[in-house]
Parts: sequence; structure tokens; C-alpha cells
Amino acid sequence: MRASGLAKAFGGTRALIDGELSLYAGTVTALIGENGAGKSTLVKILTGIYRPDAGQINLDGQPVQIHSLLDAQQLGISVIHQESVVFEDLSVAENIFITARPKRYGLIDWPSLRRRAAQLLAQLETPLDPDALLRSLSLSQRHIVQIARALSHDSRVIIMDEPTAALSHHETEDLLAIVRRLRDAGHAILFISHKFDEIMAIADRYAVFRDGAAVGCGAMADTNLDSLVSLMVGRAMAQIYPKLPASPGAEILQVQGLSRAPEFQDVNLTLKRGEILGVYGLVGAGRSELMQVLFGLHRADHGQILLDGKPVHFANPEEAIRAGIVYVPEDRQHQGAVLSQSIRDNIALPNLRQLSSCGITRNSRVTAAAGEWSARLQVKCRDTGQRVDELSGGNQQKVVLAKWLLSKPRILILDEPTKGIDIGSKAAVHQLTGELVQQGLSVIMVSSELPEILGVADRVLVMRRGLARGLFERSTASAPAILRAALDS
Amino acid sequence: MPTALRRARREFGLATLTLALFAVVALRFPDFASGRSLLSLVDDTALLVLLALGETLVILTRAIDLSMAANVAFSGMIVALLNRAHPDLSLWVLVPLSASIGALLGTFNGLLVWLLEVPSIVVTLGTMAIYRGAVYLASGGTWVTSGQMSASFQGLVRHLLLGVTTLSWLALLGALLAWWLLRFTNAGRGFYVAGNNPAAAVYAGVDVGRAQARAFALAGAIAGLCGYLWVARFAVAYTDVANGFELQVIAACVIGGISIGGGVGTVAGVVLGCLFLGVLKNALPLLGVSPFWQTALSGLVITVAVIINARDATPGRRRILEPRTLAQAGTPGARPSP
Repeated sequence: MRASGLAKAFGGTRALIDGELSLYAGTVTALIGENGAGKSTLVKILTGIYRPDAGQINLDGQPVQIHSLLDAQQLGISVIHQESVVFEDLSVAENIFITARPKRYGLIDWPSLRRRAAQLLAQLETPLDPDALLRSLSLSQRHIVQIARALSHDSRVIIMDEPTAALSHHETEDLLAIVRRLRDAGHAILFISHKFDEIMAIADRYAVFRDGAAVGCGAMADTNLDSLVSLMVGRAMAQIYPKLPASPGAEILQVQGLSRAPEFQDVNLTLKRGEILGVYGLVGAGRSELMQVLFGLHRADHGQILLDGKPVHFANPEEAIRAGIVYVPEDRQHQGAVLSQSIRDNIALPNLRQLSSCGITRNSRVTAAAGEWSARLQVKCRDTGQRVDELSGGNQQKVVLAKWLLSKPRILILDEPTKGIDIGSKAAVHQLTGELVQQGLSVIMVSSELPEILGVADRVLVMRRGLARGLFERSTASAPAILRAALDS
Repeated sequence: MPTALRRARREFGLATLTLALFAVVALRFPDFASGRSLLSLVDDTALLVLLALGETLVILTRAIDLSMAANVAFSGMIVALLNRAHPDLSLWVLVPLSASIGALLGTFNGLLVWLLEVPSIVVTLGTMAIYRGAVYLASGGTWVTSGQMSASFQGLVRHLLLGVTTLSWLALLGALLAWWLLRFTNAGRGFYVAGNNPAAAVYAGVDVGRAQARAFALAGAIAGLCGYLWVARFAVAYTDVANGFELQVIAACVIGGISIGGGVGTVAGVVLGCLFLGVLKNALPLLGVSPFWQTALSGLVITVAVIINARDATPGRRRILEPRTLAQAGTPGARPSP
């Protein structure tokens, strides 16, 4: 299979500019790239969820059109999704044959369905019970169900979208063994992963994407980790991640032996006045869970949090906010902003006390504050009365940021602050954060984007599977060192 | 097999509870367990069973139909008016007509939900009032009483076959058909797929909106059929027929284990849920519980059922740490992997 010149734009954002990819039977090809490099868009085009604006896909040398999932299935292309696309309250057997239940006299033939499911599971050498409900299965077992589903329609091309992102070491080994069996049976496999050790272990070929274009491909035998990483991140980082000189002061926050089973354990960290502490790790490393405890959303089982040297216990976010800690969550659409309200109302929401007198909100103050902050953050809007859901992702994020900055926090926790937003907005967000840090704000920035972490953080805490794996000073932080700490080794 | 047994735990629990309640009442009032009393209890519950089966289809797709009772009233009123005006019109015309009117109203609900993507609770809240208003417009606020209905119109539901009323047989037949549909057809499995994970349904080739529209149309047809059955059974048609009954129907579904979140539940559960409500409704007056308390107690039972359902579905903390790490540290609160 060969895809070339694929392009796809959403509104003004060009997600894919020049997507190019070749897959070979009996070969595992690794697709490598940062978040936003165009990998997911490519997968969605190959499976008919998106239609490309330009480009061509050939299968066995013949050009093919993939307009729907059904088309993809009939051509023998299947995807194992990152987030399991399964039905929790249906059985394993039915989940496998969800698109094509075997029939007899026009009615579903349950005995045959169960028998064929059992055959497929045996073929994968897994002890799964075909009658078990998906609800009772672990994530890796759900992946196996999806693989069996792909086999059920004789897929020749199997795309695995970060299948190991949330799996344990042992589960990953089992999954990789299945991938090898599929490869040896002649399937062409596209393996998308951020974990270089897995890629090294399983892939025969690689393809690297960056900023929506293929920037390199070849045989794994002809490359090494360092050249793959530099292909993946290489770009003028200083432009997107402006780093203003910071002069960190005294320690303001100390976290000692913080644990919350089974999410994270024994985490220590310190945060100084006027610095950016980057927290890096793969998706599902327990970073957000840690931040939510610092913000009082959840309680820790063990350990303590010291603010200015005094132990604090936040029962709820309100207490954390009063102590000067604010948290900008990762999911801005659901947790960060009230999309159906205006920019002005969104900014006012957590700051009503400051904007009112005698318990009555002063509209003039609200308008003035909203105007000031949307100007400082360069929010592109008609006026501050515009609804937030009419703004682009980048501008929405600026509004979310503004509403928290108005409350003049001492500690700002940003969870994936620039995920899925355009490069211009990224720069604006980082520029402003940098200015505030110079004025004494302390920032904890959770990010899965290595260039972002390397670009703006003064120190970097690396997490893996709920454990703190290392702390790097800005001078010693390098991409290979951080990746090595964040990955399974 | 053990998996199947474990899955039917809820149905066994509900059956046991219903039988226990029944036994308690029967011990004090032996008449309660007589054949005649039992048959009348089933006959009383038959309409609830039929409507709950229709509602089940809708709820399985993660939607809800609040307009079923109003649909009953409208369809019932139309056939009652026709019967009054043309007493000779055969039931072979009237019964299919009643079901068709209902199906039409149900389809209207379904199309609004599917094509306009309006939440079903809003759509059917609106159509509930429209259909109820339409009963008034059709009848001009007048009643059609038993004296104005033909004997055959009223007789069918009471006709005994092997000592059991046609109405009861219809409920049984409805349950079997619903079970067959949900178990052996792609359309039926599609209801589960659509409700269980709407975001993933597209990967299974199921259009959630279309599945919902289908469920609404079927529920409407059942409500329409029940329209005739209701006015014939109670020998009267007026604007307020079955007023508020939609809540009992939804309650029976919830007690029977149909998840309001969609995608979960069985026909056996719903039928048991209806029987439980039926026994409760018949037993409370016998036990001397005042009508005020009866309403409150029914409400309590429904609330408890919802809480039990919700507890079953509460997600836990996400497991990130490897089990090995947890075991080493012996952290309290650590749970084995799911």
C-alpha cells in the first residue's frame, strides 16, 4: 500500500500538507511524530473518516477511493484505536463481529458467532472468554478484541494507533508478541507509538512525520534513536517557544512523598518563585492526576504539600484558589471554558468577588478587566461579548488563561496548555506566561510535547507510570535524556 | 453456564423480591394468591408491560420517550370516536389503524431526534403536550363512554383464551417479539450498540440517529396499539386517559434494570420490573397503606432502583502504577487490576 501527497485542512489549520507513506506485507512500519504532526489525520484518511483534499492512495498498485469505514473494511484496512472503540456491555464475541454478525435464515446465529470468535481468539493465543462482557476486561484485553475484530474481516493492513500508550510493561510484551504473529502471517502493520524502545524492538521500517509532512522514512536497520528523535523534533524552536530570562527565587511549594494509589506514588517536587517547572511524561503517566491533587480536586493517600514551608490540605479547589493556586485543565472545551457564554462572562466567572461591590457585579469593571486581558493575550475577537465557542481553539485557550490570571494567582498549573492550538497562539501563550514569571509567578507546566518542555521550562520533572523518574536542570536537559527517563527501559 | 448466570443476577434478584413481596401479602390474605386474583393482576399489568417494552427500545438507544402516554390517549380517542360514529367498522380496520396512528406519532418524534438532533427529552416533552392537546381537539373535550362503544369493540380485550384474557396474551406475545427482535436481528442489536457507545457506533456501521428513530417508531406503534387496548379495557375515552402513566412506564424500565444511560438491559428484566410494580400496586391497598403513602412508597422504590443502577456504573480510579510497584510498597487502598 502506498499513499502520497495527502493533504487535509480544517478551516484555517492545515493538519496534513504532504502525507506520504508506504506499507509492505509482512512488515511492521513505525509511524513516528509529535502530537499534531498529522499522524491521526493520516490514519483517519486511510480509514475513510476524513476525505483528503489532495493526494492518492494505492493498494497493490491500484488507486483506491476510501469514502467510509465500510470502504476501508472491504479493502482490508483496519484500525486498532488508541481509545478503545468497543461496547462495554456486549460480549467479547459480539464485539469481534460487531459489523458482521454471522446469520442463519436472516437471523443472528449466536452459536456460530461464539464458535468463530473462540477460533479467532485461539489464533491470537489469548485465553479470553468469548462470553465475557467487555466491561470486565483490561485495556490490553480490549485491544486484543479489536485485533480479533480486524482479523474477522480478513484485514491485510492493520493500523495500530498508540496501542501501548496506557499498557503495563507485561501487557505490552504480550501485545508485541501478537503483532509479531500478525506480521509473520503476512499482514502489513502500521505501528504508531511514542515509545522508542518498542519501536526499536518491533519495527522493520519507520516513517517520521513533522508539521503535517513526511520528513523521512527507511529501514530501521539503517537508523538509530538519536537520528529519529532529531527528525521528529527538528525545527526552529526558539520562535515557537520564546524563553524569557528568569531568575527563580525562594522555594514556594514543596511536595513530599505524595501518593494516591493506584495513580501515582512517592512524588517529590519543589517549585520556586518565578520559575517554570516542566512536567514531562507520556499520556497516562499520572501527571494530570498529580496536578489535580495539588489543586484539591482529589485527596492524596500519603505525603504532604508545603506552601511557603507550611503544610496545607486542600479539601476542594476553592481552598486551593484562595491559597493562590489555579489549575488550567487539559480539556478546555469541557473543563476550562463555558463555551456557550461570552468571553466577558467567562473571564468574570472565577473573579466575581473582585469584580463586585456589595455583592453586586459591576458590569463596567467586568468589561474593563475582560478588555484588558483579551488585549494582553491578543485574543482575536469582535469584542468581549462574543461567544467563546465562536473562537478558534487557540483563542479559547487564551480566554481560559485570562480568567485565571485575573485572579492574580501565585502558582499557575497548566495542563497541556498548547495542545491542539496553532503555532501563533502557542507563542502568544508562552510569551505572556514568560512575562508573568518574570514578575514572580510560579508555573507548573504539564506537557507531552518535548520541544515545548525543552523550550520554556527552567527545570523538568519526568514522570513514568505514576513515578517521578528524574529532575533535569535547564542546562542539562536534552531530548534523549528526557525521553530515556520517560520511556520504558 | 456461569457467565450467563452471573449476568442474570439482577433478574433473579428482582424475581425473588417480587415473589417475597407476593408471599408476604399472600400469607396475610390468602385470596391474593387465588387463581382469579393472579389472572386479574396479570391483566392489570399487561398494558404497563406493553408500553414498557416500547419504552425499553427507546431507552436502550440512550433516548427517552415522554410522549407514550399521550400517544395512547390520542390513538385511543381516534378509534373510540370512529367506533362511536361507525359502530359497524371492523376491528380488523380499527386495531391496525390505532397502531398506525401511534407509529406515525412515534416516527414524528424519531425524525425530530434524528434529523434535527434535538435531545429526545426536549422533543418528547413538547410532543407530549401536542399529542395530549390533539386529544382535546379531536374530541372537543367530550367523553366516549361504554354505552357509545360497540360490544365487539369492548369485547376483544376481555375475550378469554384458555382462561386468560386476550390482553394478557398480547403482553406475552409482545415480550416474546421484543426478545426476538433484540436478540436475533441487526436492528435490535443496533439499539444496544447505539446506546452503549454512540461515539463508537459508527465503527460498527450503526447510525445512532437512525437507530433512535427506528426505536421511536416502534415505541409509537406499541403506544398506538395500547391506545385501542386502553379505551376498550376501561370502556371509556377522554382527554386525560393514561395521564402521567409515562412515568410509571419509565419506572418499570428502570426497576427492570434498563440503564437510563442506554445500551444495558433485558426484556426479562423489564417484564419483572412491571410485575414488581403490579404486585406492589395491588398489595399496598390490601395492606391498608393509605393512597398518599402508596405514591410515596412507589417513588421510594424507583429511587432505590436508580441508585442501585448508578452504583453499578460508578467508575473507579484509573490504574497507572504497575501492580509490581504497588505490591512492593504495600500501599493501602491498592486494588488488583480489573
